[in-house]
Amino acid sequence: MADKLTADEVRHIAALTRLGLTEEEVETMRGHLSSILEVFESLRQVDTTNVEPAGHTTDIRTVLRSDEPGESLHRDTILENAPDSEAGYVKVRPILG
Amino acid sequence: MVNAGSELTGITAHEAQRLLSSGQVSSVELTEAVLKRVEAIEPQIHSYITVTSERALNAASEADEARANGKANGPLNGIPVMVKDNLSTEGVVTTAGSKMLFGYTPPYDAHVVEQLRLAGAVIIGKGNLDEFAMGSSTEHSAFDATRNPWDTSRVPGGSSGGPAAGVAAGECFVSLGSDTGGSIRQPAALCGVVGMKPTYGMVSRYGLIAFGSSLDQIGPFSRDVRDAADTLSVISGHDKRDSTSMVTSQQDFAGLLTGDISGIKLGVPREYLVNGMEPGVNAAFEKSLETLEGLGATLEEVSLPLTDQALAVYYIIAPSEASANLARYDGFKYGNAVNDVPTAWDVMDHTREQGFGAEVKRRILIGAYALSAGYYDAYYKKAQQVRTLIHREFASTFEKFDALVTPTSPTVAFKSGDRIDDPVAMYLSDVCTIPVNIAGLPAISVPGGISDDLPVGLQFIGPQMGDGTVLKVAHAYEQATEWHRLKPMI
Repeated sequence: MADKLTADEVRHIAALTRLGLTEEEVETMRGHLSSILEVFESLRQVDTTNVEPAGHTTDIRTVLRSDEPGESLHRDTILENAPDSEAGYVKVRPILG
Repeated sequence: MVNAGSELTGITAHEAQRLLSSGQVSSVELTEAVLKRVEAIEPQIHSYITVTSERALNAASEADEARANGKANGPLNGIPVMVKDNLSTEGVVTTAGSKMLFGYTPPYDAHVVEQLRLAGAVIIGKGNLDEFAMGSSTEHSAFDATRNPWDTSRVPGGSSGGPAAGVAAGECFVSLGSDTGGSIRQPAALCGVVGMKPTYGMVSRYGLIAFGSSLDQIGPFSRDVRDAADTLSVISGHDKRDSTSMVTSQQDFAGLLTGDISGIKLGVPREYLVNGMEPGVNAAFEKSLETLEGLGATLEEVSLPLTDQALAVYYIIAPSEASANLARYDGFKYGNAVNDVPTAWDVMDHTREQGFGAEVKRRILIGAYALSAGYYDAYYKKAQQVRTLIHREFASTFEKFDALVTPTSPTVAFKSGDRIDDPVAMYLSDVCTIPVNIAGLPAISVPGGISDDLPVGLQFIGPQMGDGTVLKVAHAYEQATEWHRLKPMI
């Protein structure tokens, strides 16, 4: 049985993933995440000594293509979706407050 | 059986294609009939997030023109279709069912959307889904939930609930969904239509909004297996923009549908007949096995002992990949940003807090936890090792069998709201479909019976690259039964 996550642990992961959570959400998530972690416990029974991990299971190999310049999307088209932009750049709020 | 709309909107794509070819109907007429049907029943079903009537009618008249010039090319020319709203469409808002992407208009088409357009298909609009394809009921959409056309108090399944309900209700002939743990097959089963998840790498994921990249695969929904085969032929094939796209040429899958499966060896994995399977689903499954034997297939029980672990593997790998994939939604580059805050950090925090729904937040948190320092070996690495073992277990099973046959879902469509607050119960909806994604296999769900007046799905699973085999077996079964002809009375 997995130990129940603490509220501080939930807050810590939320901070790492930049997800603001209300105190109520922290409590709900604590319960939900703990019950999901219990599902994971069944894996402990499986012997995986000397078993290679699989990223995926098909025979596909990562292929490198030759580095040839080609047509790409137009800058202005891409910037149309940006919440804020200026002089061809995405504009963001200050990094230092 | 005149329901699912008029006779015109309730037929299969290949039947509609025959009407187009013989000049009995034009694509514009077909599209108008579908748009009329959509307008009439959308308030009850809500399978679309966006309907693009004008674009559809333009595409239809282009298809008619191509036909008049002798340039109609293939089974989807002039046929109204729907694509799930996590497939990018140039110039048409693509939301992935999330508030995060309200107003986002992709500057390019997904590979499969390009293929549909090249084939002359008429895209009616964008199908509803659980937010970022995370869910099994389409209740986690930031837009209204989709209802099951067989009983609107029930869910259509998910995450591709819109594309499944749309085909069932006569709002399109064919649709495209995506399947990470069952998101095509489970809603197909619950809505009484055909849904197929191809082999991983068979269809390019370019332009699919990523959820779990090592599991995601795009595939078709349709009213019979022939339409699924035709659609897979259109959307599959190599695409250099997806590094996991297989180097294969496009295949004629419909040509494999001979109806003859005598001598074919089918395994029945006992671990898929799970506790909690409804008696009506079990009875339908038993009857389907008799039908398959009657067609000359040999059936034998088989054991896949790692089936239980597959669910745990999935609920580590999928959220881990999701937490990485969804890190891109920062409020800077596109989407729905909260910008009136002091710093860039605040923009990220507030945008993600307000943009993501509860299920997405839950999965990001669980994924980040599984990947975090101190837990990586116990969770993520362990899951990937067990994944290797699951792959081996399937591979050795397919040395003895051509395909496996299982129920698609242990239950028929459940009531809206029943599982929304219990994530683990919701996850169990996918117990028969998840192992397939872990191992990258092809699988199809076809209508396989009725229980409590609701559709039951039958799943066929094949070895990697055995897409043709599962289509062939599913087609033979379908043609020997009448289940695919039943339609909801809506």
